[in-house]
Amino acid sequence: MITLTVNGRSHEVDADPATPLLYVLRDDLGLHAAKYGCGFGQCGACTVMVDGRAVFSCVTPIAALPGRQIKTVEGLGTIEDPGPMQRGFIEAQAAQCGYCIPGMMMRAQALLEQNPAASEQDIRDHLALNLCRCGTHMRILDAVKRAAALMRSARGPDAGTTVATDGAAR
Amino acid sequence: MSPLPHVVSRRSVVAGTGALVLSFALSRHAFAQQPQEPQNVGEEPRKPIPQPGSLKSAPRLDAWIRVDADGRVTVFTGKAELGQGIKTALLQIAAEQLDVPVGALTLVTADTARTANEGYTAGSHSMQDSGTAILHASAQVRALLVAAAAQRLGVPAEQLRTGDGRISAPDGRSLGYGEVVTAEMLQADAAPQSPLKDPARRTVMGRPVRRVDIPAKVTGGEAYVQDMRLDGMVHGRIVRPPSPGARLRDVDAAAVERLPGVLEVVRNGSFLGVVAEREWPCIQAMRRLAALAQWEGHSDFPDAATIDQTVLKLPSQNTDILNTQHMGTPQGRRFEASFTRPYQMHGSIGPSCAIAHATAEGLTVWTHSQGVYPLRGALAEMLQLAPDKIRCVHVEGSGCYGHNGADDVAADAALLALAVPNRPVRVQWMREDEHRYEPYGPAMVAKLSAVLDQGRIVDWTHDVWSNTHSTRPGAAGNLLAALYLQRPFMPPPPVPLPQPEGGGDRNAIPLYKLPRGRVTHHFIPDMPLRVSALRSLGAYVNVFAIETFMDELAAAAGIDPVTFRLNHLEDSRGRDVITTAAEKFGWSRPRDKRPGTGRGFGFARYKNLGAYTAVALDVTVDRDSGAVRVTRVVAAVDSGDAVNPDGIRNQIEGAILQSTSWTLYEAVGFDRETITSRSWADYPILRFDGVPDPVEVHILDRPGQPFLGTGESGQGPTGAAIANAVADATGVRLRDLPLNRERVRTALGPAPAARAG
Repeated sequence: MITLTVNGRSHEVDADPATPLLYVLRDDLGLHAAKYGCGFGQCGACTVMVDGRAVFSCVTPIAALPGRQIKTVEGLGTIEDPGPMQRGFIEAQAAQCGYCIPGMMMRAQALLEQNPAASEQDIRDHLALNLCRCGTHMRILDAVKRAAALMRSARGPDAGTTVATDGAAR
Repeated sequence: MSPLPHVVSRRSVVAGTGALVLSFALSRHAFAQQPQEPQNVGEEPRKPIPQPGSLKSAPRLDAWIRVDADGRVTVFTGKAELGQGIKTALLQIAAEQLDVPVGALTLVTADTARTANEGYTAGSHSMQDSGTAILHASAQVRALLVAAAAQRLGVPAEQLRTGDGRISAPDGRSLGYGEVVTAEMLQADAAPQSPLKDPARRTVMGRPVRRVDIPAKVTGGEAYVQDMRLDGMVHGRIVRPPSPGARLRDVDAAAVERLPGVLEVVRNGSFLGVVAEREWPCIQAMRRLAALAQWEGHSDFPDAATIDQTVLKLPSQNTDILNTQHMGTPQGRRFEASFTRPYQMHGSIGPSCAIAHATAEGLTVWTHSQGVYPLRGALAEMLQLAPDKIRCVHVEGSGCYGHNGADDVAADAALLALAVPNRPVRVQWMREDEHRYEPYGPAMVAKLSAVLDQGRIVDWTHDVWSNTHSTRPGAAGNLLAALYLQRPFMPPPPVPLPQPEGGGDRNAIPLYKLPRGRVTHHFIPDMPLRVSALRSLGAYVNVFAIETFMDELAAAAGIDPVTFRLNHLEDSRGRDVITTAAEKFGWSRPRDKRPGTGRGFGFARYKNLGAYTAVALDVTVDRDSGAVRVTRVVAAVDSGDAVNPDGIRNQIEGAILQSTSWTLYEAVGFDRETITSRSWADYPILRFDGVPDPVEVHILDRPGQPFLGTGESGQGPTGAAIANAVADATGVRLRDLPLNRERVRTALGPAPAARAG
């Protein structure tokens, strides 16, 4: 048994310690947001956060994860009460098929938690690890900028000092 | 290894005993009993009365709209959501014409037990076929409900108003739709005329209604077939051969069947798969099985480096799809150019997936196939089951962009499910399966020539060489697994898709007004690599060729390329999108032409029948690396009646970026024996570092006009605009796709000095 902390909740998982996190999330914990895309860490569809950093869950064995904070899209909000990142994607209508989107959201979330004032170039640089085949890139950028603005406004007026210089709060 | 166990014996099916009854309710509609799937909707209308859209093949109103006694309204479509937003657009149409809020409607999409057979969700046809049918059916249903209410209330129908699913009389009395509907009312065939709402009174169509599917997709909902978890579900994986042409000689299946959690190793000829209780152990078992499998033989592929020469040498069936060469003798200067495109892949981010469940009642398959009825027919043939013992239900998958592995994985899942009856089997392809075994967009060559006289084109020829652009199922031999069974199925002989839509020759006839010309489709039956429909089929290559050649001719004539296009175009809607794109881009503004920067233009009307799209863009070309980056894009599109402008914008943006990826990066790698593009490392596509700064899409809305297919219309114009911009930036004309770093670097040569184009 391995204990994993996912979205703030502790789970006892009965799986081979070599099992990639992705399969435990989807098949054992019923968390569908992270997707299988390549199994090689090349596309980012499986991206989740571990201790605040974006990781490829398809190549991260659960043996490495006890005691660490795992966060998935399900931890960002719900369909009834979506969080800022989710609202950003809904407002920007930033999906076509949407299969890559949860991975995009988690990588963007990790970036904005580390750097709330991330510039558009920062966002592009970070998201370059994640592939989108529908060509939704422009909307994904828009969504992440909207999410950044929503997060800043949620933190109150003092957060004004962190406003990006490139018009991220459009 | 025992033969594949079947749930039903072949004899009982062949004898037609009909002993098995499916547990789900088959539709009472006539279309559900049609055993054969027409390849194109509307080919054989059941009624002589001309009907709009898919009403041709499914004229009954309740094939599209049902109203329950409690007032609930359900909309049915035989088309499928592929990420193009069709669910939302169809709901908008129904909501508008029925006067019911979008949120109060239920939509049922492609399902052989519930919806009309609308063939494939392909060819940018969904709005034309299904959207048009739902538009008319909804308007007629509303009128029938109003007529019934008029009788009940004793008020003339013209005095009744509808809204929110209710019918109101001037005196304040009102009836809900559920109160006036009768069982028989909607069992009628659609009338030839529909009381459509005046476009000026619309409140839902023409508005950027938010997509109904996005909230679940961004909150971890069960949004895809990949996410479905049925009770008792187990997992399957397939061991594909190391080369498509290899055959399985031997495998120690027992060694894998002994692994913990493994339920079954399924071998039938060279089809090899494994079923296990859980997914990760299933993948490990599949890998063990792959290591133990002994294969013999291999494909005999041509040389990838000279695939264009191979394409030209293969036997072809040649058809002039246009010939006006009897019209005089051209005088002037002749120009020629040759264009090539390698094999390119769909490359879905999510590998193909299906779930199949075999029970005593029959087989149910949840699939992201673009055609549930054709898939059902192919599965029935492969499994020797009666079609009515199989139900195929569409569930969304990752974006497909044409015929990818969706149908094949459904066949895989069906074969495994029959080996473990009563357990739903979920099969998802591995990344390398998707890259190596999806059917690619075919390699193509186009040769164009034209005669220019005083700035006008006076003669034009276009020869295009291509394989078929559809090996979609309908037949078992079009399912990958069926090719490897002990008693294999042969693919049916490929046939060219007919004009006016065409396949390899799609958009080969220019929309421009040309006094004399010939366009010839050289259809190549032999397929060195497995190929099928990739978004826009041959239109990408033909528009790339025509629109870059137009630029070459404009340059030779010394005329601005946009002006040159307008000089040869009479179609007023085409002219409007060209001038709109040019204006919004600032084409005629004076520009500061810096080295390594260029701009390009491209235009087409998709299939010469669908949406009009014009694209203007800027590029930068890095001389040292050969890297091209598209920096700014402005597009204009006329999709006819624009039901959801934001949906159209999303599709065009996507088309522009995907076509940018095709045009700059993509070619399937293969050696003489097998496919070498196994992952994204071997098949690079666009990443965020190559994404333009702004992409603007301007919509020319035509309320009340027919819907024009949009989803594929941006592919060709974008590719051409990029090549034209690269030529503008460098003075060098590149005609072989993709315009990747190596090609650009080689073409520019080592010297930094500009060369004349």
